[in-house]
Amino acid sequence: MFGFKLRPRKNARSAQTAKDRLQILLAHERSAGSGPDCLPELQRDILEVIRRHMKIDKDAVEIKMDRGDEWSSLEINIEFPSQGRA
Amino acid sequence: MTTELKQEAPENSKIIVVTSGKGGVGKTTSAAAISAGLAQRGYKTVVIDFDVGLRNLDMIMGCERRVVFDFINVIQGDARLKQALIKDKRLENLSILPTSQTRDKDALTKEGVEKVLNELREEFDYIVCDSPAGIERGAQLAMYFADEAVVVTNPEVSSVRDSDRVLGLLSSKTARAERVGAEPIKAQVLLTRYDAQRIAKGEMMTVEDVLEILAVPLLGIVPESTAVLRASNEGVPVTLDEPSAASAAYMDAVGRLTGEQIEMRLESDRRPGLFGRLFGRTA
Repeated sequence: MFGFKLRPRKNARSAQTAKDRLQILLAHERSAGSGPDCLPELQRDILEVIRRHMKIDKDAVEIKMDRGDEWSSLEINIEFPSQGRA
Repeated sequence: MTTELKQEAPENSKIIVVTSGKGGVGKTTSAAAISAGLAQRGYKTVVIDFDVGLRNLDMIMGCERRVVFDFINVIQGDARLKQALIKDKRLENLSILPTSQTRDKDALTKEGVEKVLNELREEFDYIVCDSPAGIERGAQLAMYFADEAVVVTNPEVSSVRDSDRVLGLLSSKTARAERVGAEPIKAQVLLTRYDAQRIAKGEMMTVEDVLEILAVPLLGIVPESTAVLRASNEGVPVTLDEPSAASAAYMDAVGRLTGEQIEMRLESDRRPGLFGRLFGRTA
């Protein structure tokens, strides 16, 4: 008989998850102070700077992002050929 | 590898469009569940969001925080395809290609879409295109290069009517329709939000009613289920979430898409309530 109370709670948890996810996402989308498409430009600029110093391939750049509540991270991986061949 | 020569083994990549005409019938939920289901079965699968400006597949797939580049960036040459694809964290052979949230539908071009699809064909077994609602540019381009179509339909008049319209477009305004001698797109109906109780009461059209009107094969019947909202709240495709009648129905549909013969079955997540149990069917 008391079981019925447990079920709505489970759904309430998923609703809270939904709200949290939306709040984080929308905060990022609304601020968009960074401009909608700053990332392609950022990538171009980074490549350009690095190319001044070493030879790298256009495809060798990997950019990852993780938007969080408190902080976000931007991870940029650039592969370049070993010194011998550069 | 040229795409013109694609007439080989079934292992060849297939482009499946998930479409409906009407909004809110469960296209994105179905695209997410089907692509995850295909990946669970071991196929290398990618799911693409064609709803430019109203990106939502990323939320349903739970990767919204990881979007860096998108489909439009790739089409316009601002990013490489490899950079825009997001690898699912739960299934290693599942990838997501999100769309742009800031551009509009004009950013999609037929040539651009074709180029991206051809590149994806080289790597993936299944390419699932999540169409926007409506029948305009985004929806037309989502279906244009498809080999198969999943037409998501609710047993409700406006949804069935829109599905009929979409079926007409699939057989006239697509690459397969325009190419002389090509096999037409294989279109199947996926009936969603199916409520057996309301059908029993005669309040809702039956499967037979809908199929008689649309005259295309049935891919599956997904019952109305609380599991669907829970999965979208959590950003988990239904087929990856806890087992439910909806996840079982989607897995069956996925099996049929890959060519298996699976009998139609109708389960329901709805347990009879206290009154239902006390008073049986008369309640």
